[in-house]
Parts: sequence; structure tokens; C-alpha cells
Amino acid sequence: MLKYIIKRLAMSVLILLGVSLIIYFLIRLMPVDFIQDKINAINQGGATVSEETVNAMYEMYGLGDNSFLGILKGYFSWLGALATFDLGTSFVYGIPVADVIFDHMGISFAIALIATVFEFLIAIPLGITAAKHQYSLRDYIVTVLVMVGISLPSFFFGQMLKDFLALKLGWFPASGLIDATASNTGLALLGDYAMHCFIPILTIVILSIGARMRMTRTNMLEVMNSDYIRTARAKGLKEKVVINKHAFRNTLIPMVTSLAGLLPSLFSGAIITEQVFDLPGIGNIALDAMNRGDIPFIMGYNMFLALLSVIGVLLADLMYGLVDPRVKLE
Amino acid sequence: MEEQTKVETTQTNDTEAPLDKNVRLMSPTRMVVRRFFRSRLSIVGLIMVVSLFLFSFVGPYFVADLPDEVVQTDANGNPILDENGDPIITYVYHDDDGKWGEIELDKRGMTEYAVSETTYTVNGITYTLRQTTETNIEDNMLAPPSGDHILGTDNQGYDIFVRLMYGGRISLIVSFLAVFLITVLGVIMGGIAGYFGGFIDNIIMRVCDILICLPGIPILLIISTILDASDIDAKYRIYLLMIYLTFISWPGTARLVRGQILSLREQEYMVAAEAMGYSVPRKIFKHLVPNVMPQLIVSMSLSLGSMILYEATLSYLNLGVKAPYAAWGTMINIISQDQDILQNHLNVWVPAGICIVVAVLGFNFIGDGLRDALDPKARR
Repeated sequence: MLKYIIKRLAMSVLILLGVSLIIYFLIRLMPVDFIQDKINAINQGGATVSEETVNAMYEMYGLGDNSFLGILKGYFSWLGALATFDLGTSFVYGIPVADVIFDHMGISFAIALIATVFEFLIAIPLGITAAKHQYSLRDYIVTVLVMVGISLPSFFFGQMLKDFLALKLGWFPASGLIDATASNTGLALLGDYAMHCFIPILTIVILSIGARMRMTRTNMLEVMNSDYIRTARAKGLKEKVVINKHAFRNTLIPMVTSLAGLLPSLFSGAIITEQVFDLPGIGNIALDAMNRGDIPFIMGYNMFLALLSVIGVLLADLMYGLVDPRVKLE
Repeated sequence: MEEQTKVETTQTNDTEAPLDKNVRLMSPTRMVVRRFFRSRLSIVGLIMVVSLFLFSFVGPYFVADLPDEVVQTDANGNPILDENGDPIITYVYHDDDGKWGEIELDKRGMTEYAVSETTYTVNGITYTLRQTTETNIEDNMLAPPSGDHILGTDNQGYDIFVRLMYGGRISLIVSFLAVFLITVLGVIMGGIAGYFGGFIDNIIMRVCDILICLPGIPILLIISTILDASDIDAKYRIYLLMIYLTFISWPGTARLVRGQILSLREQEYMVAAEAMGYSVPRKIFKHLVPNVMPQLIVSMSLSLGSMILYEATLSYLNLGVKAPYAAWGTMINIISQDQDILQNHLNVWVPAGICIVVAVLGFNFIGDGLRDALDPKARR
């Protein structure tokens, strides 16, 4: 087991190296005068990008030296900085990129976590009913509804909800995270957060329920066809016990595995949803940063995302070995 | 797979007839087709996709013809005269066929009159000063749905209904292209990895691992910036972005193909193929890949839906198809700049969203139906 973990860790480092190579290659494709244009635009917009920051960035990525050795040197100097979690200084915010990411990932994580909890709470019972009554009218209706959910583009559905629930009915605030005009504290502040996050979370839940429900249904159907379910029924157990104890527990293996794989990605931020509702999450910040040409930030953000997905794959694999006694990791 | 034939007996009274008259032979393909059409959802999906195709590719030919010139009228429908007393004529900008096109603005703007009255009282006499402001709006913007514009015009004066058609062309072409490339690349790489195994397999699978860990949209943001910097024609941007999407999406297909081939290559018919001395490409692409086809077809139709979503998202973020060209995502993007349109001009952005949903849902229904139809274990 330990050997396996070490091997997987080494592999993850290799994957990250590969990803960093591709990302580095991309920034080398960016024309240098274009970067200068962007910096000028940021300067005109009020913020000041100090000469130091820019020079530090040039040095970090080794820009300006286009010989093969120069590129190689630039890559390794960037990699060296990465290894010490130094992602450079953000042009727009003027503070280290790592700090910007750290400041904003909390809100993204909170929203994603709550959405995921609701997603599981709603999707799993739906999947079980659909599997229990396979090919019935109920199965049909649930399947069609979740398929519609899967097919909705997040920006379109988010805007629809925003238009209807927030602007037309006025039940919820349309955008932002807090009401700037009221200075709430304590519980009132929490309530304000909840009101602002309701529609974004609703959007994410409705869009993601489908995949989870279908996963539950497929697993459930597979389990229901197995011999031990027939045995349980032959023993004369109640259908409820068969479903809830014998069948459902065995669908938990892929469920737990995918949850482990999902956890890191909760930090990555939902770019589109956050943009639609103007939430100060990491995704929206990144989108804004890119539109304004904040290169150090977007590079750091991409590496951050790659790191999260590597951890996700690793966790899922390890969890698979942990929860399923039939699997031997080697 | 091709050699297998399912035998279905038909009821017959004639026991003397030879065997092959009593049974009806059905090829696997026909059985799949039959099972596919037995599912109502797949038919619905098929209808949705086919009608979108007709709408996008044939629809533009059926748009009503336009006059070349139009007399400008005021709010009451009377012609507006210029200083010589002649009616003001605007030339309608349309494409070569005399119809609304993708990038032709409706130039028949309206003239708005704002009347303000001010009263002065000088020496006991009241004067009323009536001031009429005439504003000429060149383009017919945000027109409500009418016979001229079935869904009205957007905030620039483009005909929404016609732009939906052209937007559909881009979405459908781009996603078909991407899925085709992903499949070709995935089959080749997955086939090679699965057949040879060992070192080559290891290399290809590690490359897949790396590509799967690449973030999608954030990297597209970088690429889009690079494209901005290098002056690529607005029309071709989306194709370049989709090539990148292909580049990061093929590992999924490759893994699928590899997994199948790993189990297939141990089967007897592959030993037979070996004994016949067939060449390696022939063994991979003639004997192994066709047996992966069912799973491939399902994953292709499902990824068509997700590619349409991807393209729409890119266009919504203003990375993909940019103005003046139309794409469904771009048409929804309008609302992120203008709250008024979001609230009061649903005809501008909702139809595009519905088109996206219909397209994605259609492909998902078809993919689902195909999955059931192609599954040899299916009981129905």
C-alpha cells in the first residue's frame, strides 16, 4: 500500500511537470509587446503595475530571451519559483498571486460544498426510485427531467433564474455576495450571504443533479441484478430492506470514490456561475484577471487547477482501494 | 460481430417449408436500428436534431425576400420628407440573395420625435415655446417580433431569427468537426496503446493523464488572448479554439478504446488473425476497432452535446465567435452587458438558449437510445 502511494505520488509530480511544460509553452507564445499593451491598459484603468512587478515577471518567466537555452532557463526558473509556492505578483491586485487565490477560494469552496451536499441529497433518492421502477412512467419522467438539467447551459439557466427569481419577483438579490447598503453582523450577515448565494447554488444543483442521478441509477441497476439480491429476496426479506440495506450500500463504493475525486475540485471555482451572479469567487476573479491581461495570476490559477485535479485523481484511486476490499492496490 | 446473426422465428403453419423460410434473419445492424426506434426518447432526440439541422442549413434559403429600398415613415406611418419635399429612402442592407443575412443590419431606423413645451409669461401675454427634437436612429434596434423580423432585432439591429440559423450552422459544424477529430485521434492513440501495451502504452497513457489534468476554460482564456494578439480573423477563431479542445479531449476516447482492446486482443479470433499473418494496422483497425464501435458511437453522440455546450460557453464568454458573426452563445452574451435586455427583451436572448438546450438534449437522447440499443445484454 505504502509503495503504491509513493509510486502514485511520483507519478503525480510527473503529471504536474507535464502540465507546467504546456502552460509555460503557452505563455511563451504570447507576444511580448502585447503583454506591454495589457500592462499599459491596467495602468490607465487606475491601478498601477510597478516597474518592479513587471520586471520580476519577465525575470521569472525568462521572457525576452528567445534562444533555446533562454527558454529552457526561463522554464526552470519559473519551475523553481513554483516549487516554493511563489506564483509571482498579480498585476491587478498588486499582491502575490498565491494570496489572491487563497483569499477568494473560500467563497467558491463554500458555495460548491453546499451545492454538492444538496446534489447528493436529491440525486441519490431519485436514482434509487428510477432504478427500482425501471422503465416505468416514474423512471421516464425522472430521466427526462435530469436530462434537461444536464443539457442546460449554465450561463443561460443562471440568467433565466436571475431574471425570474431576482429581477421579476424580487425574492432574492440579483448579484454580489453581500448587501453593501446594510451593515449586517452576526446572524443577519449569515442570512444575507444565504440570500445572495441561493440562486447560484440552485443553478449549480439543478445542473449537476442529472449526472449524479444517472450514476446512482446505473450502479443500482447493476447491483439489483446480482446474485446476493436474489438471495436476499429468496430469504423473504422486505423489499425495503433489500433496497436500502443490501442494494444501496453496495452502490456506495463508486459514490465515495467519486466524492473523493470531487473534493479538491470544489476549490476551483465555477467560472460561469460566478460570472453570472457576480460573486467574488476564484473563478470570477480569474475571468476578470484574464480579460485584463493579468498574466501572473492566470498562470498561477492554471497551475492551481492542475494541482487540484491531480490531487483529485490521486484521492479517488486511493479511496477506491480503501472502500472496496476486492481491490488490491499495487 | 459482423458474422453473428440473430435468428428470430416467425410463426408459420407450413412445417414442410425449408428451414430458412421459417426463420427471419436479421443483421445486428438492423436489430440495433429496430431497438433504437422502439424507444420514444431516441425518436424525439432524432427529430430535435434533424429539425435543428434543417433550420440552420436550409432555413436561410426560405427567409422572405426584402425590398431594395424602403421609404422612411414616422410614427403615424406617413413618409418623412426631406427639405426638398421628397420622401427619404433608405437602402436596405441585405445579402446577395435579397434576404436578411447573418451580418446585415436593419438600417430602417426610426425617427423619434420628442416634443417639449415651455410657457413664458411676458407682460401678461403667455407664449408657448414648442421645441421638437428629431432623433434619427439609423438602425432598427430592439424591434419587437413582427412579420418583418419573426423574433425581432437585437440591440444592434440584426435579425434574431436569421442569426439563430447562422449561429446553428457554426455550432453544429464546429462540434461535428471537433467530435470527428477527437474520435480519429482517440482511436489511433488508444488502438496503438492497447495493441502494443508495455512501453508505448505507458507513454501514451501518461500523456493522457497530463492532458486530462489540464484545465479547460482557463487555458482557453490564455489561448484566446494569444489569438487576440495575433490578429486572427473573427471567423476562424472558434475553429482554432476547437482544435485545442480536441487536443485536450481525445484522451477520454483513447482510454475507452484502449480498455476495450486490452480485453479483445486476448480473444481467439485475434489468435486466428495472428495465425493468418495479417499486418498490425489491419489487425488493429479491421479486427479490433470495429468491435469498439458500439461504445464509440455512444460516446460520440454524447460528446456532440457537450461540444455544443462548450462552444456556446466560449462564445458566451466572448472568446469564441465574435461579433458581427453569430453564434448562439454570443447572442446570449448580449445580456451580460445590458440588464434592460435581460429583463425586458426576452426575445433577444431566450430563443438562442432554447436552441442550445434543444441541440444538446437531442444529442443526449440519441446517445442514450443508442447506448440501450447497442447493448447486447439489453433485455428490451
